[in-house]
Amino acid sequence: MITQNHWTVDSVREAVRARKISARELTGEFYARIEKHNPALNAFLALCPERAFAQADRVDAMVKAGEPLPPLAGVPMAIKDVIATRGVPTTCGSRILEGYLPPYDATAVERLERAGAIVLGKTNCDEFAMGSSNENSAYGPVHNPAAPGRVPGGSSGGSAAAVAAGLAVAALGTDTGGSIRQPGSFCGIPAMMPSYGRVSRYGLIAFASSLDRIGPLTTSIRDAAAVLRVMAGRDANDSTSAEVPVADYPTELNQSVKGLRVGIPREYFAPGMDDSVRQKVEGAIELLKRMGCRAVELHMPHTDYAIATYYIVATAEASSNLARYDGVRYGLRVPGGTLLEMYRKTRGRGFGAEVKRRIMLGTYALSAGYYDAYYRKAQQVRTLIARDFQEAFAAADLIVTPTSPVPAFRLGERTADPLQMYLADIYTVTGSLAGVPGISVPCGKTPEGLPVGLQIFGPAFGETRVLQLAHAFEQAGGFNN
Amino acid sequence: MKITREDVRKVADLAYLEFSDDELARIQGELDSILEYIGKLNELDTSNVEPMAQVLAGVAPGENPALREDVVGPCVVTREALAAAPDAAPPYFRVPKVIEK
Repeated sequence: MITQNHWTVDSVREAVRARKISARELTGEFYARIEKHNPALNAFLALCPERAFAQADRVDAMVKAGEPLPPLAGVPMAIKDVIATRGVPTTCGSRILEGYLPPYDATAVERLERAGAIVLGKTNCDEFAMGSSNENSAYGPVHNPAAPGRVPGGSSGGSAAAVAAGLAVAALGTDTGGSIRQPGSFCGIPAMMPSYGRVSRYGLIAFASSLDRIGPLTTSIRDAAAVLRVMAGRDANDSTSAEVPVADYPTELNQSVKGLRVGIPREYFAPGMDDSVRQKVEGAIELLKRMGCRAVELHMPHTDYAIATYYIVATAEASSNLARYDGVRYGLRVPGGTLLEMYRKTRGRGFGAEVKRRIMLGTYALSAGYYDAYYRKAQQVRTLIARDFQEAFAAADLIVTPTSPVPAFRLGERTADPLQMYLADIYTVTGSLAGVPGISVPCGKTPEGLPVGLQIFGPAFGETRVLQLAHAFEQAGGFNN
Repeated sequence: MKITREDVRKVADLAYLEFSDDELARIQGELDSILEYIGKLNELDTSNVEPMAQVLAGVAPGENPALREDVVGPCVVTREALAAAPDAAPPYFRVPKVIEK
């Protein structure tokens, strides 16, 4: 792990307010870190210093004028490259969008900047967020700063690596089947997927619209709470953003977790999990009990069907969402004699192997004669999986599981077999399908020194509880359990 | 085999994706093993289960048809929309001719 001066949302804001450092100086310090360490990590795909320093100057002007500082004042952040940033290259890790400059900002980014955050640049990811190792990026893999020679996880691998290496105080990732939580667990940092509809998807370049969510990767739960607080809430530009009130997550963090019913679903502890992961997660559960939580055994019978369901629902939606890349309005065009030839060549050459595989699977699942057998069936099983969660939350306040059955694997170790790569998402896709919030928090390291993540699921819009337990776990030393 | 070479070719056509013969063969094998795995969904009787059409329906009021007022707001103007096009002929996107003489 690269050791640097450690900054948090609160320490940045306080240092800037007290004029111990200006936002401009701090931004410069982070760019110096990036210049030094990014060549080895490949976490950033694009930097936007002009925009960052202009924003830093605005924050410094507020300090000078003695104005009250907004919650993320001066906080250097990184944004996953599937999230639109006006005038800043946004490629989705794909050749097909090489050089694309969005004409607008995602709502989440706009809200972060309104709260004083400084956007440093865009982070590497699996192409169109499709992958679990970041090895599907057209711009090369990311290296895990916490585990040399290993993947950072995916698809938000660049965001996780940037935060874990101290190249950004916080980052935005996106999660469709585990893409925030799993890289968080592989890189040893907290990483949160909010409820479906909690954060606007406007400007999030769509992969699977009924599953996609934006969330924070940070180094503390307090920071995750602060970033989520700023982004959450209804947005007229996303009709699926929820009209549910947003709690003041940071001030709610310290509530006691004594007596909280923590559900342990036995299906998440079935064979297939790495022993070193099992040991850490069981240790974490013991700690939760010592903290006063009540462990409740749960049964979530449809867990084993989640991967199959997910890979139909997600690919079907992707095949439709990715139809827009046709060489006409943006991105790559490969010339062809006819319009159809141009489409086929552009898409054939512009998309990487994994994206094409998923478009093919999704197109097949939606095609005449197969729709009922695959898509409709998967949507029915999705109902059953969501019901598992509803029933679980009648018996428990929160659910805890491992985030991933394995710790970070070696670069290149799993690329040969796509199905094996999919199966590693087993513990994260369930919550994605159900729409509920989940966070991965570090819970120690394997004997080899690889970070392990504990996942906490809450009921829909139960972010406050999820963060409270995560925070209490962090305070009790659980991150180094 | 769950999926034939001809199926794969047909799906590639539907998806507007060009593949070499080698790629088609590889994808056929991969799709076949994935579909084989997905077949496990048939172990479940879902005859009385509604498909999930809305995520968190009933939990998130924003999901329900609360239509906004029909007010004109700012939108991306032609110049900005065309700026990212690989071949623009303002105010149009230019594409290969589709209508034969």
